Amino acid sequence: MPTLSPNILALLPEYILTIAGVIIMLAEPCLKPGASRKPLGWIAIFGTLLAGAASWFQLGYGTVHAFSGNIQTDAFSVFFHLLIAAVVLVTLLGSLDYFDGNATHAGEYFALALFGAVGMMLMTCSVELLMVFVGLEISSIATYIMAGFRKGQATASESSIKYFLLGSFATAFFLYGIALAFGATGSTSISAIAAGLGSTATPRLAFTALAMMLIGLGFKVSAAPFHVWTPDVYQGAPAPVVGLMSTAPKAAAFAVLLRITFSGFPTMQHRWSILIWILAALSMTVGNLGALLQRDVKRMLAYSSIAHAGYLLVAFTAFPIEAISSAAFYTAAYAAMNVGAFAVITQIGGFHETLRTLDDYRGLASHRPALAGVFAFFLLSLIGIPFTGGFFGKFYVFSAAIGSGHIWLAVIGLLNSGIACFYYLCLLAAVYSKPTAETESVASSAKITLPALAGLTIATVATLVLGILPGNTLWLAHYAGTATMIEDARHQCTAHPDNCHMQVRMEIR
Amino acid sequence: MNLDHSILTLLTFTPLAGAVLLAALPDKGKALQWAALAITLITFAMTLHLPAHFAYGAGASGASGYQFEQNIAWIDAPAIRYHLGVDGLSMWLIVLTGFLAPLGVLISWRTISERKKLFYILFLLQQVAMLGVFVSLDLFLYYAFWELTLVPMAILIAVFGRTENRRRAAIKYFLYAFIPSAVMLVAVLWLYVTTGTFDIPQLTALAATHGISTNSAALWLCSLAFLGAFAVKVPIFPLHGWLVDAVSEAPTAAVMVLAGKLGLYSILRFSFGIFPDQSRHIAPLLIALGAIGIVYGALLALVQKDLKKLAAYGALGHVSVVVLGIFTFTIAGIDGGIYQTLNEGIGGAALFMLLGLLYERYGTYDVREFGGLAQKFPWMVTLFVITTLSVIGLPILNGFVGEFLVFSGAMQANILHHAFYTALATTGVILTAAYMLLMIQKIFYGNLGLKSQSVTGWDIDAREHLALWPVMLLMLAMGVASPYWMNAIDTVGVDLANPSTTSSHPANAVYSVPGSNFPQHQYTEGGQR
Repeated sequence: MPTLSPNILALLPEYILTIAGVIIMLAEPCLKPGASRKPLGWIAIFGTLLAGAASWFQLGYGTVHAFSGNIQTDAFSVFFHLLIAAVVLVTLLGSLDYFDGNATHAGEYFALALFGAVGMMLMTCSVELLMVFVGLEISSIATYIMAGFRKGQATASESSIKYFLLGSFATAFFLYGIALAFGATGSTSISAIAAGLGSTATPRLAFTALAMMLIGLGFKVSAAPFHVWTPDVYQGAPAPVVGLMSTAPKAAAFAVLLRITFSGFPTMQHRWSILIWILAALSMTVGNLGALLQRDVKRMLAYSSIAHAGYLLVAFTAFPIEAISSAAFYTAAYAAMNVGAFAVITQIGGFHETLRTLDDYRGLASHRPALAGVFAFFLLSLIGIPFTGGFFGKFYVFSAAIGSGHIWLAVIGLLNSGIACFYYLCLLAAVYSKPTAETESVASSAKITLPALAGLTIATVATLVLGILPGNTLWLAHYAGTATMIEDARHQCTAHPDNCHMQVRMEIR
Repeated sequence: MNLDHSILTLLTFTPLAGAVLLAALPDKGKALQWAALAITLITFAMTLHLPAHFAYGAGASGASGYQFEQNIAWIDAPAIRYHLGVDGLSMWLIVLTGFLAPLGVLISWRTISERKKLFYILFLLQQVAMLGVFVSLDLFLYYAFWELTLVPMAILIAVFGRTENRRRAAIKYFLYAFIPSAVMLVAVLWLYVTTGTFDIPQLTALAATHGISTNSAALWLCSLAFLGAFAVKVPIFPLHGWLVDAVSEAPTAAVMVLAGKLGLYSILRFSFGIFPDQSRHIAPLLIALGAIGIVYGALLALVQKDLKKLAAYGALGHVSVVVLGIFTFTIAGIDGGIYQTLNEGIGGAALFMLLGLLYERYGTYDVREFGGLAQKFPWMVTLFVITTLSVIGLPILNGFVGEFLVFSGAMQANILHHAFYTALATTGVILTAAYMLLMIQKIFYGNLGLKSQSVTGWDIDAREHLALWPVMLLMLAMGVASPYWMNAIDTVGVDLANPSTTSSHPANAVYSVPGSNFPQHQYTEGGQR
C-alpha cells in the first residue's frame, strides 16, 4: 500500500469534495444564464463518488491520526463518510432535473451540497471539539441556504429563516458546552476530556458541559423537546433537500454524539444515559403522536423523523460496542429508507409541490404504479416490516438496549412503532385507494428521468440489502464500534497506566 | 442435491417467484388468473412432497424431531440462521395452506375484476408469509414472517374490501395484530439476550430442562408477551375485536386464511414449546376463555342478519374449540385441537366460499333478502348442507373427529371445574347446529326472498364445482380415514401433553445442553403427576 502523509490521507474525501465544489463555483458564472446547470450536477456526482471511494480506501490504513491529533480516521469515520457520501449522491441524482429550468443559480445548490457534505464528514472524523464545531457550522450553513432554495415561496423563506435562527441558537449551546468542558477538564480534545474526567475537581461542571452539548446536538438530530423547528422546516424546504437534511447531517450529529458520550464521557455513562433515556422516550412518543395529527405528507414525515431519532437514541443506553454498532447500523438503514421516501416525494410533487396532503396522494397507485410501489416499500421499511432495513435496524437497536437491561425503554419504543404504523398506513391506504376526480386532474404524468431512477434504485436496493443481507454493513458497524473502543482504551492506557489491565481486557474482546 | 433439504425453501418461495412473474404479465384477459392458478397448484404439489416422504417411524418412540431441515448461517452477529424444518405439527398445516391457495384463486376468478394484478400479487405474498411462519425454525426468521403476514392481508382488506368501511377495518386489523407483536419482539430479544440463540429446537430443549433463565418473573412476562400476540391473532375471546370487521370486509380468498391456524400453530410451537410451565399454569384461564368463546361466538352467530358476520362469529366459536382442546394438556385434547385447526381451515374456507358465491350472484350478505333458493340451486344447497354437517360435527365427517377428541380431552383434563367447562362447551355444539341449520333454512327454504325473486342467478358452474368439491371430499376423507392425518399429529400431541417424553427428544441429543441430565429427570417426575 502506498505511504501517504497522514495529513493528506486523513482528509482525502474532504479535499476531493472541496475541490469539486470550488470547480462548480468557478464554472457556474461561465455558463450562460439560461443554460442548463446539469453539467455542474454531474461534476458534483462524480466528486461524491470519488470521495466515497477515497473513504473506502482509508479503511485499509486502520486508525490514522492527523493534524496534531485533531483528526482521527478509523472504521467509525469511514462508516459515516460512506453513509454521507451515499446520501448526498442519491440527493444529487434526484435533484439534477428537479432544479433544471426551475431555479436560477442551481449551480450553487450543487456546490452547497458538496460543502455541506464536507462539513458533515469533518464532524465524523474530528476528535477535537472545536474541529467538530467547525464541521457543524459548515454543514449547518450549507443546509440553511439549501432549505430556502425554492426562492419566492413564502414557506421556503420561513423554513430557511426558522432553521437558521433556531440552528444558531442550538450551535451556541454546543459551543458553550465546549467552553464548560474546557473549564472542567482543561482540554477540548475528546480523549483528553476522558482522561481529565478522572481528576477533575468539578465533575458537575463537566456534566453540565455534556448536557449543553447534548442540547446542541439534540437540536441537530431533532430529538424532542428540541424538535419544534422540524415540521415547519421540512414542509417549506425542497423535497430533495429534506431528504438530505433529514438523514446526512443527522448521521453526522449522531456520530459526534457517539464520540462525545462514549469516548469523551465514558465514566459518566450512568448519568448521561438517564438524560438520553428521557430524550429517547420523549422523541419517540412526541414524534409518533405528532405525526398522527398531520395531513401534510412532508410534515408527517418530519414528525416521523423525530420518532426515528428517538429510536436511534435508544441505542445509546446499551453497552459501548453494541451501542455504537447498532446506532451506526440504524443510521444507515434510516438514511436509506428516508432519503428514498423523499426521492419519491420529489418525483411525485415536482418542483412546485402541487401534491402535498394525504388527499392529494389518493389514487397515486393507479396512475403511477411503479412509483407507488417503491413508496410503499419505503413506508413499510419505516414501519419496520421484516426483510427491510428498517426492521433490522430496529431489531438491532432494541436488542442492544435489552442486552443492557433497558427493557422498559424497548417496550416504549416498540409500542411506539405500533402507533407509528397507523399514520404510515393511512398514507399507504391513501396511495392505494381509488383516485378522486381532483387528484386525477393534478396528477403529473411526468416520466422519471434516468438519474432520478438511478437514485431511487440505489435507495431501494440499499434498504432491501440492509434488510435481507445486513452482514457486511453489520460487520463494518461492529468494526467501527470496536475500533473506537480500542482507540479509547489506548488513550486511557497512556493517561492512567495503573488501571490499564481493565482496558486491555476490552481490547482483547 | 437431495430434494428433502431444499423442498421447504422451494415451496416457500415459489409463490414469491410467482408474484414477480405476475408483476411482469400484462393485465389482459384471464392471463393473470391462469398464471396464479398454475403457481398455486405447483406450490400445492410441492407441499404434498412432505406427507409423501415424512418419516412417520421417527415418531414411534414418541420423539418427533424435525424433518426436511435446512440450516445455514445467515447473519453471524446476532446469530441468526436460515433454519427451516417441519414436524408433525406443522406438516399438515403447510399442506392445508397449499391446498387452499388454488381454491382461493378459483373462487376469485370472476369476483376480482379490477386491479387483478395487485390482488394476485398480494395473495401470493400472503402465501409466502404464511408458509414461512410454518417452516421457520429460527425465532428471528419466524418473527419476520409472522409480521409479514400482516401486510398483504391489510392491503387486501383496504383495497378490495366490500364497503366504505374497508380502510378502517384494515387499519384496525393491522393495529390489533401489530401492537402485541411489537411487545412480543421485546420478549424475543430478551430470549436471545438471555440464551444467545434464536434456534427454536435449542430453545425448546433449554426450556425442557429449565435452562432458559432462573428469573421466573421475567419468564412469565415473556410468556405472556408471546401468548398475547398469538391470542389476538387466533383470536381468543375477548381479543376478537378485529375479527368481525376484517372478515366482513375482506374478499373471500383472503377470509379463507384470516383466522385460526397461524395463531394456534404459534401457541403450540412457542407457548407450549418454550414456556411449558407457564402455559400449564395459565391453562385454566384459557380453558375458561375457550369455553366462553365457544358459547359466545355461537350465541352471537345465532342473531346475526349479515351472513358474513354470522360466519365470523362462528369462526370465533370454532377456534375457541381448539383453544379449549390444546390447553387441557392431554394427548386427546392436543391431537384433537390440531385436527380441529385443520378442520376449521377447511370448513371455514368452504363456508366463506359458498357465501362468496351467494354474494357474487345477489350482491348482498343480508339473510333476510334470501329464501327459497333450494328449488333453483340444487347443487348449491347440497354443498351448503355438507359444509354445515361438517361444521356442526356430524359423524363420518371431519368435524366430528376433532370435536370428539377435544371434548374427551377436556373431560380428562387435570384442571379445576373441567367438567363444567366441558359441559358449557358442548352446549356450543348444539348452538352451532342451531345457527347453521337456521341459516340453511332461511337461505334455501321458505318463501322466495326479495333478492331471490328479483335476481335470476345461476347454480354452481364448472369452475365453482372445481373449487368446492375438493373441500367436500376432503371433509369426508378426514372423517373416515382420520388415522392417516393423526399419525403425524399424534407424535407432537404426545410430546406436548407429556413432557416426560422430551427426554428421548432427539433435539436433546443434538444440542447438548450443559447439565441437561439431572434437572430433566427431576422435571419428568414432577411433570407426570
